Amino acid sequence: MHLHKYEKIWLGFGVFALIVFLSVVGVSAFHQGHTPSGGHMTIDPENVRGTAPFDEPGVHQREDGSYEVVIIAKAFGYEPSEIQVPVGEEVTFTVTSEDVVHSFSIVETNVNMMVVPGQVNHKTHTFSEEGSYLIVCNEYCGSGHHFMSTEIEVIGQ
Amino acid sequence: MKDAMISVKDRKLALTNIGVAYAAFLIGTLCGLLQVFIRNDALTLPGWLDYYQVLTAHGLLLAIVFTTFFIFAFFHSGISRTLGDFSPKVRGWNWAGFWVTLIGTMLVVVMIVAGQASVLYTFYAPLQAHGLFYVGLALFVIGTWIQGFALIAHYLKWKKQHKGELSPLFAFMTIATIILWVIACLGVVATVLFQFIPWAFGWTNGINVELSRSLFWYFGHPLVYFWLLPAYMAWYVVVPKIIGGRVFSDSLARLSFVLFILFSIPVGFHHQLTEPGIASFWKFLQTVLTFMVIIPSLMTAFSMFATFEMRGRELGGRGLFGWVSKLPWKDVRFTSIFIAMLFFIPGGAGGIINASFQMNEVIHNTLWVVGHFHITVGTPVAMTFFGLTFWLVPYLSGRRFTKSLQRMAFLQIATWSVGMLLMSTAQHLLGLLGAPRRTAYTGYQHDSALAWFDGVLSNHVTMAVGGSILFLSAILLIYIVVQLWWLAPKSDENSYVTFPIATSDTSATPAFLENWKLWIGIAIVLIAVAYTIPLSDMIQHAPPGSGRFQTW
Ligand code: HEM
Ligand SMILES: [Cu+2]
Ligand SMILES: [Cu+2]
Repeated sequence: MHLHKYEKIWLGFGVFALIVFLSVVGVSAFHQGHTPSGGHMTIDPENVRGTAPFDEPGVHQREDGSYEVVIIAKAFGYEPSEIQVPVGEEVTFTVTSEDVVHSFSIVETNVNMMVVPGQVNHKTHTFSEEGSYLIVCNEYCGSGHHFMSTEIEVIGQ
Repeated sequence: MKDAMISVKDRKLALTNIGVAYAAFLIGTLCGLLQVFIRNDALTLPGWLDYYQVLTAHGLLLAIVFTTFFIFAFFHSGISRTLGDFSPKVRGWNWAGFWVTLIGTMLVVVMIVAGQASVLYTFYAPLQAHGLFYVGLALFVIGTWIQGFALIAHYLKWKKQHKGELSPLFAFMTIATIILWVIACLGVVATVLFQFIPWAFGWTNGINVELSRSLFWYFGHPLVYFWLLPAYMAWYVVVPKIIGGRVFSDSLARLSFVLFILFSIPVGFHHQLTEPGIASFWKFLQTVLTFMVIIPSLMTAFSMFATFEMRGRELGGRGLFGWVSKLPWKDVRFTSIFIAMLFFIPGGAGGIINASFQMNEVIHNTLWVVGHFHITVGTPVAMTFFGLTFWLVPYLSGRRFTKSLQRMAFLQIATWSVGMLLMSTAQHLLGLLGAPRRTAYTGYQHDSALAWFDGVLSNHVTMAVGGSILFLSAILLIYIVVQLWWLAPKSDENSYVTFPIATSDTSATPAFLENWKLWIGIAIVLIAVAYTIPLSDMIQHAPPGSGRFQTW
């Protein structure tokens, strides 16, 4: 198989770019902890409210001072319906679904989580600005999908 | 040119496939038109029709039905052209496969129209459509397999009669695409047959949602390459002939197709980067494998432009870019496909962004993704198919692609390009602002969402303007197809439309490239590495299954 000289240069450049890309992505993910949302805990989708921490949906402060927001997604809304967190603090969102697949996506942030029944998803985020953020479900979940939204208030301390 | 004409019976087979493809195209693009108007609140559907019913039809009819039937028409005619007419047996099996595929399609469409299957083309569990919807999907796949294996049988017979010879490039690429398709479909067949059908009919009670999603995406990503490879066949084999050149390098063309088989399957997790139940390590491993397709993609880009430049210089082009003006821009068969290639440059770049692990969170399930696949499958693939249609239909129907039809074809690709530029740019930008995909009109009563309706380009109205131009373009195309099939003047000895197949010099091509057992073996190893552990995890640590939900 014969490779033209220019093609070697072109492919060499491509492979080099590939290695740079993947290194950046990999270092950012595993060294700096910027992995996309995920989780490894399963849950009985028919007994969500009987399983901790979903027996108490809402905002909880943890011992180390950070916050956890426990959310149940269901057609076509989120529980709790009102969420308030402080600006500048680390907030971990813990979500699951009581019925079909949804998402928990906070517009204007990188919080964009799939909510899969039977699975618990996590994402940690620190809000740097106060205000009211829009949360939407961006995974199709039924006839009311486009009404499935809520807000999160980020307040000053 | 008599020798290049395939038998009447094979032509009928291919034409019938094209007929189904364009029927699906017409209805599918009409759905697209409705969607863009609903999304900006300019249209309200009557009570008996729902946005998500329309969207399910749009996704399935265009991305699955239009593409698949067109691809098989291209395969049937091209294989008959390069390997010789089908035997009655091979032709019979191809017809059988065609009918099974069509019956599957009809079943799916009836279920969608009846409102029993508003689950979108990804049919994510635990949304539960009518059981017959899944039966329809299964029949669809089985039908394509029957056609695929009939073509493989024809190829094997040719190989037997031509011991020690490499097959023609077109046939090689067809077989590679069919192998890819068969391996890819195993995932969707497994989930439909063993998970969805027993559950939808009530024989089992719970479904393992995360497993079904993973099996779907095991299929869902190579599906993309099932669309793309036939377009690449047109780029590698047809276009060089149209411009009067030849295949740049036979061995590199074959190698790139082999690499696509290897690196397009063990990568489905890049569609599941933001979901729980899959460890970060496996998501990252599949991200790395995803990026490997950059290599055959760059090889393809190089071959294309090398062919263009060599031909342009042969025609007297000088200087660094002088050859560009020498290319046959007035030939719509070439220009259409050239524009299709241009669209694929931002399309491919966008794909790299989407697959970039944590960057996926920025765009996942936003309108950006919709913009992305309209400038990958919706234009590079679809417009390549338009470019093929312009000569394939008259080739099969024995008519002429007249001057006035050629002018109309130019108008068609121009409007498609402009419409798509507007629509997809708007979608990309709206996605970056956070606008979700797969939603009917909604303002969410929030300032962030109201901004999606008053930008210049980042506006649902711009998307609707683009979508309307696209629909006009689609109607124009249907008109051209009808003309070329039934109404244009018949061709004669001097005006025969040909099936362009470029010569490809196989003298330097190593035989191991056609050693399918080797490539299938490596593909299986890669799939096993990428999937065995995470899938067995999902099965072993499965939560209690999910029940049946009809939330529409
Ligand atoms: C008249 C031309 C077209 C228009 C106006 C159009 C418009 C749209 C719009 C607005 C959406 C997004 C709807 C939403 O997420 O709420 C969409 C989705 C989609 N389009 Fe198109 N489109 C056109 C042609 C095509 C073509 C030619 C293809 C492929 C060959 C295609 C494939 C798809 C797919 C796969 C989806 C995703 C469906 C889903 O999310 O389930 N479209 N289209
Ligand atoms: Cu939803
Ligand atoms: Cu993919």
